[in-house]
Amino acid sequence: MKKKFYTLVLLGYAFIANAATLHVGKAQAFLLIKQAIQAAKAGDTVIVHEGHYKEGNIIVDKRITLMGVNYPILDGEKKYEVLSVKANFAIIKGFQIQASGYGSLDDPCGIKVYDSRGVEILENILDDNFFGIYIQYGKECIVKNNRIKAYGVEEQQIGNGIHCWKSDSLLIIGNKIEGHRDGIYFEFVTNSVIWRNRSFDNIRYGLHFMFSNNDAYITNYFKNNGAGVAVMFTKNVKMYNNHFEENWGDAAYGLMLKEISDSYIIGNHFLKNTSGIYMEGTSRILAEKNIFEANGWGMKIQASCLDNEIRANNFIGNTFDVSTNGNTVLNTFNGNYWDKYNGYDLDRDKTGDVPYHPLSVFSVIVEQTPPAMLLFRSFMVDLLDKSEKISPSLTPDNFVDNQPLMHSLSL
Amino acid sequence: MNRIVKFVILDILKNKVVLFYTLILAALSWSVFALEDNSTKGLLTLLNVVLLIVPLVAVIFSTIYLYNSTEFVELLLSQPVKRNRIWLSLFLGLSTSLLLAFFAGAGIPILIYAPPEVSLMMLLMGATISTVFVAIAFLSSVFTRDKAKGIGIAIMLWLFFALLFDGLLLFLLFQFSDYPIEKAVVFISACNPIDLARIMILLHLDVSAMMGYTGAVFKDYFGSSYGIYIVMSILALWVFLPYRISLAKFRKKDL
Repeated sequence: MKKKFYTLVLLGYAFIANAATLHVGKAQAFLLIKQAIQAAKAGDTVIVHEGHYKEGNIIVDKRITLMGVNYPILDGEKKYEVLSVKANFAIIKGFQIQASGYGSLDDPCGIKVYDSRGVEILENILDDNFFGIYIQYGKECIVKNNRIKAYGVEEQQIGNGIHCWKSDSLLIIGNKIEGHRDGIYFEFVTNSVIWRNRSFDNIRYGLHFMFSNNDAYITNYFKNNGAGVAVMFTKNVKMYNNHFEENWGDAAYGLMLKEISDSYIIGNHFLKNTSGIYMEGTSRILAEKNIFEANGWGMKIQASCLDNEIRANNFIGNTFDVSTNGNTVLNTFNGNYWDKYNGYDLDRDKTGDVPYHPLSVFSVIVEQTPPAMLLFRSFMVDLLDKSEKISPSLTPDNFVDNQPLMHSLSL
Repeated sequence: MNRIVKFVILDILKNKVVLFYTLILAALSWSVFALEDNSTKGLLTLLNVVLLIVPLVAVIFSTIYLYNSTEFVELLLSQPVKRNRIWLSLFLGLSTSLLLAFFAGAGIPILIYAPPEVSLMMLLMGATISTVFVAIAFLSSVFTRDKAKGIGIAIMLWLFFALLFDGLLLFLLFQFSDYPIEKAVVFISACNPIDLARIMILLHLDVSAMMGYTGAVFKDYFGSSYGIYIVMSILALWVFLPYRISLAKFRKKDL
């Protein structure tokens, strides 16, 4: 084992010793990036110095490190795809990539990775591209610390910030994405991690997940996206410690789950969304230690959801804590803190002695007749709610938290 | 005129009822904010105070005061003072003192504890509701000489606006829920000053739910930047019209 390791290290040295560094720039050996790439051998480093490069489509088809000094500008002039990566283990670092073309058939991008392994895209600035970074059939690729910005107005006119398709084992870390259609888009992507990204002011979703099993997204910040975050048709997703903020709109949700199963939603913060979480056809999900604060609806759980467990969450200052659209309740609520709970705790075990029915009758009424919202918090409606709480008739009586907490959890 | 207003205000202060009202409001607001750990819940309690107690006190106190000052008014009328002026000074005196009571009692704790945009809206609406119901008191007291009847009318009007109206509206909503009645509902609720005040406060209190609901018409009507001007002008009408009608009555009234 040890021997093997040393051999590897030695091989590595040999590799570095052989690697050449090629410089591109006005006063350098190469004037054009394309020439440098052509001259480079696998393992070489191409350093691009400051400047404005309009070379159309640049194809990286060798295992090289393409590095920018002081963010040289690669300009697609609104006609070309700027960088196409078609080699394993290529590294793209420190460029400003702007103005990729627009196309509805071939999706021209700022940086597109084709069928490659171990590609790293680091610390680039992407400005005003159709698609930002696109990974197609990628494996073990890293997209880290990029700043991606676009100025999309209409959904059809703009692509996604980071678009991943049919890939595996990706790391999407520390990127900042704004103004695209979807901030981060995952379709058929497995075993990947999305970590510490900020995605905001995108036209559609901050993060869009489809058919992507066994992924985790952790400590991301999603704010003010057209429709929040959508996770659909997927199983085994881990959603930890994310912030979902200020996603406002009739069909906007902090987090929308559709046909999801066996997943975890833990330690997230849902703040000021029209709906914190919207669940449809979702099963075997554990929602734990989340904070739902100042949302219109904390959770909308449709009757098609099954075997979900909602426990140890804080519901604070939401207009409605939960709502549903039917009478079947196949999910369990346990040990949550509801700030609207009026019960008492005589045995001092910190859980209320009276079960709490979090579903207010008015949320049911509003679900059926939306204009009734106009009467919200009027005395009449309060009376209705109070009487319903005492003897549920319109709301399902098994929609209940049997161990509501007396004090909020410190999360 | 100023002297009459001054006299009315001093008279009301001597009366001690308004003082008592101030104290009650203050005790309620301070305790509500002190007891609850988040200010939203305190605000919800105060919302009910603003929507129920404030108009009730305003309408009953003003009606009784008007009946009790009949002799004073008769005395004033024997002097060379115009009826318009007397009526206006009474109105200004009453509403000023009630507004002062509201601001001193509920205003200070609201401003201290609640987030600024909600608290300002709540104060504005509380003040407007007070004035509207003083005007309604003027209307109900000018119609009949009988004090009991006058107070009865005042209470009935309060009951109608504060409670019954919403019940009727809810009933309508259920009955016609198959039809596009949103606009009609907005229009009808604009006919009730208490509802208008409630919606305006709600737009700030439940901002995520109300503003997010793009399909709902009230956002388009009340939530827009000029919505507040529309609402304020409707509420101003609610002050002006009852007062104006009562004035017309009072001018011709045989005392």
